[in-house]
Amino acid sequence: MLDKVVVKHLRAFFNKNEALHDVSLNFAENRVTAIIGPSGCGKSTLVRCINRMHEVVPGATCTGEVMLDGEDIYAPSVDPVQVRRRIGMVFQKPTPFPTMSIEDNVAAGLKLNGINLARADRDRLVEQSLRRSALWEEVKDRLGRPGASLSGGQQQRLCVARALAVEPEVLLMDEPCSALDPISTARIEELLLELKESYTIIIVTHNMQQAGRCSDYTAFMYAGDLIEFGETRQIFTTPARRETEDYITGRFG
Amino acid sequence: MKVSPAQRRHDSYRKIKSNLMVGLTIGATVVALIPLFFVLGYLLSKGAASVNWDFFTKMPVPVGQVGGGMANAIVGTFELVGLATLMGVPIGVGAGVYLAENRGSQLAQVIRFAADVMMGIPTIVVGIFVYGIFVKPFYGFSTLSGAIALAIIMIPLVTRTAEEMILLVPQEMREAALALGVPSWRTTISVVVRTAISGIATGVILAVARVAGETAPLLFTAFGNRFWSTSLFQPISSLTVQVYTYAISPFADWQRQAWAGALVLTAIVLAMELGVRWMTRGSARVAR
Repeated sequence: MLDKVVVKHLRAFFNKNEALHDVSLNFAENRVTAIIGPSGCGKSTLVRCINRMHEVVPGATCTGEVMLDGEDIYAPSVDPVQVRRRIGMVFQKPTPFPTMSIEDNVAAGLKLNGINLARADRDRLVEQSLRRSALWEEVKDRLGRPGASLSGGQQQRLCVARALAVEPEVLLMDEPCSALDPISTARIEELLLELKESYTIIIVTHNMQQAGRCSDYTAFMYAGDLIEFGETRQIFTTPARRETEDYITGRFG
Repeated sequence: MKVSPAQRRHDSYRKIKSNLMVGLTIGATVVALIPLFFVLGYLLSKGAASVNWDFFTKMPVPVGQVGGGMANAIVGTFELVGLATLMGVPIGVGAGVYLAENRGSQLAQVIRFAADVMMGIPTIVVGIFVYGIFVKPFYGFSTLSGAIALAIIMIPLVTRTAEEMILLVPQEMREAALALGVPSWRTTISVVVRTAISGIATGVILAVARVAGETAPLLFTAFGNRFWSTSLFQPISSLTVQVYTYAISPFADWQRQAWAGALVLTAIVLAMELGVRWMTRGSARVAR
């Protein structure tokens, strides 16, 4: 199994505050890796370090290495903008651009990067991305409507389509289902299983059933430390560490 | 549910108090609105009779002659305000974007403070300032200097509203664009400013309406002109200055025209404000 993303001795800070303490782990290609743990344990910070979104917050810094295909994305010669085009991200809250239609939202990543496609190519890309995010059938007759006119679950799948349209290699999902109802959540989970054929997926979740259902590997984090990392089945059935067992059985604290 | 007599007394006392307070606030609202309607009504009664086709199309006539209009002053007001908008809006919006996107930086705090101070400066002081540094050393009274004075008054207003409107755009929207690999400058222009554009436009129009009513700074800069102004370096007439000149004159016909001018000016400003209402109807994000 190839490792698409390798994190080595990563430490992340908000000003003087250390949010991640020396985290090292590997994310396998074409697999879903879930990151679980209680609120504030550094899950989001970890994924945001992987596409250099962490540094967008004023005062946020990090040290260590994050390798994408063996190349350090924190090397001085690397432009964070290029990293983010290869590593897409879906956020907790659906964030369609309110001034754009459904199709413009999907094509936003290209348009805003100054890439102008021919009408036919653009239409094909929009359709392909919406099909991959399992939204096409629901919106194909109203692509010109505002993106914000969709339901929450549809908006989130629109955001997935928007991220896929840039053709990233890795997809980071930061609690993508926390604002969604169970039906929309199930759709996103089905989607994960389809998407991992072509992408490497890293998903942060509060929901342990979700991690159990759709991930191949699971990392358990607590208070800025990576406590345990392994195959999902093993983490959920025979965890090696006491803290992991306490957390997944709900006996925490 | 059982309620004790003491509780009931307490409840009715509370309800009386509530009604009293509601009544007081309604009263205050009515009192606050009286001047508005009084001013509008008075203007209409005094000025409406003198507003006619000639008023919009004819030039001022010498004392003693009856008739004439304020065609040059109406055009002059639009010219001055238009020029001021061309100068003030790009600077104001640019500064507002900077303030919103670099909230914490030291420079931003200095600029924000300066903008607040500028908003408090009496507009006549702005007039004297432009007179001192521009009118006297260069071309004398001119359209350009009048527009500069108005632009100086507009800039802090536009800056602060643009900043507030941009701050209303959720941080998630910025991050969503950045995460797509969109460079930061492009995110600001194509996502953040574009999302806030209707609010920014509202701020701009309110600032335009505000300077359209300025008189004092124009006395020192655009000065006034009884004829058409054909160059940016000549004095130019404006409705406000014309109203001022006619209103303090001893001639009944001029005073009559001053009322008409005041009415037309008020109508223009009111139309702009109503235009803003119409443009932003149904959007709650514009808190003005």
